[in-house]
Amino acid sequence: MSDIAIDLQNIGKQYKIGGERQRYRALRDTITDAVKAPVRRARQVLRGQAYGAADLNETFWALRDVNLQIKDGEVVGVIGRNGAGKSTLLKILSRITEPSEGYADIYGRVGALLEVGTGFHPELTGRENIFLNGAVLGMRRSEIVRKFDEIIAFAEVEKFIDTPVKHYSSGMALRLGFSVAAHLEPEILLVDEVLAVGDLAFQKKCLGKMDDVAKSGRTVLLVSHNMAAIANLCTATVLLNRGQLVNYGPTAEIIEQYLKIAESAENSEEILENSRHVANIELKNEQGDSANHILLGDRLTIEVTLKNTDQIAVPVVSLFICNHYGDRLIMLGSQMQANLKIPGNGTPRLSVTTDPIHLLPGLYTVDVGIGSGFDLAEYLHGVTSFTIEYADLFETGKLPSAKQGVIAQKATWDLR
Amino acid sequence: MEQMIEKIPEPATAKPRLRLQPTKGWVPINFQELREYRELLYFMTWRDIKVRYKQTVIGAAWAIIQPFLTMVVFSLFFGRLAGVPSDDIPYPIFTYAALVPWTFFANGLTNSANSLVTNANLIKKVYFPRLILPVSAILSGVVDFVLAFVVLIGMMLFYNIVPTANVIWLPAFLLLALVTSLGVGLWFAAMNVQFRDVRYAIQFLVQFWMFATPVAYPSSMIENDVLRALYGINPMAGVIEGFRWALLGTQTAPDAIIGVSALVALLVLVGGLYYFKRLEKTFADVV
Repeated sequence: MSDIAIDLQNIGKQYKIGGERQRYRALRDTITDAVKAPVRRARQVLRGQAYGAADLNETFWALRDVNLQIKDGEVVGVIGRNGAGKSTLLKILSRITEPSEGYADIYGRVGALLEVGTGFHPELTGRENIFLNGAVLGMRRSEIVRKFDEIIAFAEVEKFIDTPVKHYSSGMALRLGFSVAAHLEPEILLVDEVLAVGDLAFQKKCLGKMDDVAKSGRTVLLVSHNMAAIANLCTATVLLNRGQLVNYGPTAEIIEQYLKIAESAENSEEILENSRHVANIELKNEQGDSANHILLGDRLTIEVTLKNTDQIAVPVVSLFICNHYGDRLIMLGSQMQANLKIPGNGTPRLSVTTDPIHLLPGLYTVDVGIGSGFDLAEYLHGVTSFTIEYADLFETGKLPSAKQGVIAQKATWDLR
Repeated sequence: MEQMIEKIPEPATAKPRLRLQPTKGWVPINFQELREYRELLYFMTWRDIKVRYKQTVIGAAWAIIQPFLTMVVFSLFFGRLAGVPSDDIPYPIFTYAALVPWTFFANGLTNSANSLVTNANLIKKVYFPRLILPVSAILSGVVDFVLAFVVLIGMMLFYNIVPTANVIWLPAFLLLALVTSLGVGLWFAAMNVQFRDVRYAIQFLVQFWMFATPVAYPSSMIENDVLRALYGINPMAGVIEGFRWALLGTQTAPDAIIGVSALVALLVLVGGLYYFKRLEKTFADVV
C-alpha cells in the first residue's frame, strides 16, 4: 500500500467541556482539594489531570470513529458545519494535538497552514518575519533564502520589506503570511480556511497558487466553507458532521449532500429547545406556504413566536439574514422598522414580510436577537436557514448567480 | 549509457511513516527531532533577543542597569549600613559578581515559565517540539549576561582584581545556572499552562530565592562545612560561590557545595524534562 499518503484508523478526539466559568471553578476545587488531599492532588498535577477526576466526565467527542484513506497526490476537500470536527481533524494530522483514540499513519513530510502569518511579530520587519514564519512552518533557512525574492514578489510588499510589520495594513500582513506559506513544499499539505483572506484580487491569486499546488502532485487536505473553491480544487471531498465522517467521495456529490445537511431542521430544533425567549420560527414563501426555498425576487415572510416575554421590559425583536459565513446582510427590526409594541405577556407571534428579496441564489441563515432597549436578552445564531433559488429576475432569460456579488440589483440600461 | 541510467526510475523508496496515536504516561524525549528543529530554536532565540529592547529608549542598556542598580542599592544597605561581610573583597564587586549570574538565572526562569503561555498562539497553530520555547527563552538571556559581564570586567579593572586561573571554570558555572534555570523553568512552564497562578507565584519565588542565595552575603557565614555543602541544595548557591571563586579568588574552594548543586540541578532538569514531556500533549488543548 505504498500509494497511501494518509491512513486514519478509528481516530477520535475527546475534549473536556469547560468555558471560563468552569475553569474558574475547577481552580477553586483544586485549591480546596489540595488542602483536603494533598497527595492525591499532587499526583493529579503530575499526570496533568488538573481538573480533577469528576470533571473528566464532562467531555465531548469532537471527532469519533473516523476511518479514511487518502491516496498520494490527491486533493481532498473537508467540509461540514461549524463544530463538525474539520479543524480538529487537521490539528491531529498536523500533530498539534494528539488523538484520544485510534491512530493515523502519515507517509511523507507534512506542512500545515492553519492560520496565515502564524508567529508574525509586529515589531519585526517583513524580511525578519519571513525568516521567522518560514522556520515556524518548518522551512529550512537555505530554502527560505532561495525563495525569498519569490515570496516578496508574490506578496507585493517589496517596498516595505524592511518596515516593521506593525506598520503594515492588515491586507499586506495577510498577503505576506500567505505568500510564505504558499512557498512551503511538503509532500502533504494541510490547509485550513486560509483562502478567505485579503481582497478579491489576492484571493484569486491564492486560489491560483492553490491550483498550482494541487496540480504539482502533492497530497492536499483543504478545509473550507467556500464551496466554489472546494469544487474547483478538490477531486474528492470528506463530509463531517458532529464529529462523524458522513461520507467521502466525488466532490460534486458530497457538496450536494452537505447542503442538505446544512439546511436540515435538526439543528434548528435543537436551538429552539434551548432558547429562553423564542418558541418557534417559521419561514413562508410568497404563497404563504411554509418553505425553505424562496425564489429570487419573491417576498419572504418570517414568523417568530416568543415566550417568557414578561422577563423583558419592552421586548424588541431583530432578525438578521446572514450569508453562509455568518456575515449579516439584512436586518429586520420590530422597533426600527415598525415601532411595534410587543406585549410583555403570553406568547406573542410576530410576522414580518419583506419586499421582494434580491439576494443572489445561495444558502442563507437567520439570526434572532431579542432585547429591551440596548440590553440584549438573547441572541440565536443560525436558528433557521433557507435558500434563494434561481429565477429570471431581470426577465432576460439570464439567471443571476452567486458569483456576481451579494444582491441582484434591478436597473435601467440605456444606449445613446 | 549515462542517459539510460538516468531514465531508470528511482526505486519506490518506502516513505517515512509517522504514526500518530494517543500516548500514555511518561514520554521519552526525541533527541533526533530536536536536532532537526535546531534552526527553529535559533530563530526563536533570535526573535526574543531582537524584540526584547525594541521601542525602548535606552535599549540593551537595560541588561546592565538591572544588576548594576541592584548592586548600588545592596552596597549601600547591606555593605555600608548593615556591614555584611564580603570575604575581604570590596562589597560592590562582591555582590555584582553574584548579581550577574543571578539576573541571568532569574530572568531565564521567569521567561521560560511564561514561554508557553506567551506563545499560546503558536502552540495552537503549529507543531514543533514545545521544548524549544522554554529553551530559547533562556538562551536569549545569554546576550544580556554577556553585556552585564562586560561591566563586571570593567569593575574588576577598577578594583585591580586579577582573576585566578580558575576562571576557566566559569563557563561550567554559567552552564550550571542555565541548567538550574531550565530545570525549574520547565516545571513551571508546564504548570503555567493549566494554572495561571504560576505567573504570579513565580515573582515571589524569584524574590525569596534570591534571599536564600548568597547574593548579598557570603556563604562563608555558615561556618560548619557540612551545612555549607548542604547549602548547595540550592543550586544557585553553587553557581554564585563558583563565580566568586573563579573571578575574585575568594578563599574557600567551593568544591563540595558545587558538587551538591550540580547534582540537584541535574535532578531538577531531568524531572522537569519528563514532567514537561508528559504534559506536552495537553498544551495545545488547554493553553
